[in-house]
Amino acid sequence: MKMIEANNLKKSFGENEVLKNISLEVDKGDVLAIIGPSGSGKSTLLRCITQLETVDSGEIIICGDTLVKNNEQGKAVYSSKKDKAKISRHLGLVFQSFNLFPHFSVMRNITEAQRIVLGKSKQESEETAVELLKKMGLAGKENAYPCELSGGQQQRVSIARALALNPDILLFDEPTSALDPELTGEILKVMRALAAEKMTMVVVTHEMLFAKNVADKVIFMDNGYIIENGTPDDVFNKTRNERTKAFLSRYYSGE
Amino acid sequence: MTIQNIISQLGEGMLKTCLLFFSTLIISLPLGLIISFGRMSKWAPFGGKFKPLSLITRLYISIMRGTPLMLQIMVVYFGPYYLFGIKISASYQIYAAIIAFAINYAAYFAEIYRGGIESIAQGQYEAAHILGFSKNQTFFRIILPQVMKRILPSVTNEVITLVKDTSLAFVIAYAEMFTMAKRIAAKETSMIPFVVAGVFYYVFNLIVALVMNGIEKKMSYYK
Ligand SMILES: Nc1ncnc2c1ncn2[C@@H]1O[C@H](COP(=O)(O)OP(=O)(O)O)[C@@H](O)[C@H]1O
Ligand SMILES: [Mg+2]
Repeated sequence: MKMIEANNLKKSFGENEVLKNISLEVDKGDVLAIIGPSGSGKSTLLRCITQLETVDSGEIIICGDTLVKNNEQGKAVYSSKKDKAKISRHLGLVFQSFNLFPHFSVMRNITEAQRIVLGKSKQESEETAVELLKKMGLAGKENAYPCELSGGQQQRVSIARALALNPDILLFDEPTSALDPELTGEILKVMRALAAEKMTMVVVTHEMLFAKNVADKVIFMDNGYIIENGTPDDVFNKTRNERTKAFLSRYYSGE
Repeated sequence: MTIQNIISQLGEGMLKTCLLFFSTLIISLPLGLIISFGRMSKWAPFGGKFKPLSLITRLYISIMRGTPLMLQIMVVYFGPYYLFGIKISASYQIYAAIIAFAINYAAYFAEIYRGGIESIAQGQYEAAHILGFSKNQTFFRIILPQVMKRILPSVTNEVITLVKDTSLAFVIAYAEMFTMAKRIAAKETSMIPFVVAGVFYYVFNLIVALVMNGIEKKMSYYK
């Protein structure tokens, strides 16, 4: 089953065309890694899928529901506000800079949306939170505040916060880039565990080993285009494009 | 006249000062928030750069901050008579004072709110949006509590200024603390009423500082 289908996405900021005809598909249970140099449009792509930005033209279908499609003039037309809200419930997003709510305890960071958005009871949402925190290796941190945690711990809380709403697809925008190198391992470990549970994931990352070893599909983006798209073996070992080769030679030393 | 006598005579003035002080805060704190929304509004019904709501509130804020509060009090008090010939009754004094203070302080608070709201990182809105919070839920649950913490020191400054500013109500002969002190001092040819008044304002502000400090401490559980 296709969880995400994006066809011919185009997006400009003023004169700057950031996405130039991007198409991709994500199957249920797959991990898609998106790699590419900074400024190539990776974040913008995630932000268009998660409705933080709008596309100028193209089609996005999430879990069979059409978020946006073109009209006859080739301009993007979005679905109704209600449908957009429903579609966004399929998705969770983990940010590079965590974006935890600093005035809420770890517990409340994870329970607030469950209660307010999903209408769950206090007890039920807290049970979910405790369970997720255990899974993230953060048992006992319920009453801590984000400022009392390390970056790696904060990022794990933010993953728990996203998972608490039971999304069908979890998207990550460089989840380890704001962390000290010694803390990236704990995040990658959690993401590996999610992949093993067949969570559908889209991961923008500079961690080439993660892309190579954990992802089912890898996309290399450059300057608003998808240059390379295939299995990790295709992209890392049978690289076709010169730009991909140049990028990999800088970020990936071949193990 | 003994000090006890003077204090008991000033007592009524103190109550009126407190009435003006609290009424001003109760009105201007929420009003300031509403005005800050207007100030930040991107509403442009005619397209282009013309944003009427933002422009009007900017003009309002700039007049409130650019002219003396004493003048504003007089305009509010005497305006109805000079402009419309409405006869002013003495009972209007308290309302005029509260209206003038509230709209003046709301302008200052609006700018403080705006600074606070604009200082919250975009990521907070984005995280809330992804989690499915509505605009209102995002503002009142995620943004405003953080804004309150950030603006507290500036609000404290304004509140302390307000305590002292209440004495300006003497221009319309509103019998607040300072007006009473002046009257008694003139009648008794004595400095004591002024000393008592000074002590009163000082103690009032001491309490304000203590209370605000307590609130700040209560909010210091996170950074
Ligand atoms: N909100 C925005 N306004 C204007 N330009 C933007 C905005 N967001 C991103 N861009 C531009 O879009 C391009 C792609 O950015 P981004 O998607 O963040 O790339 P990446 O995540 O691959 O580093 C960059 O040139 C960036 O300056
Ligand atoms: Mg990026």
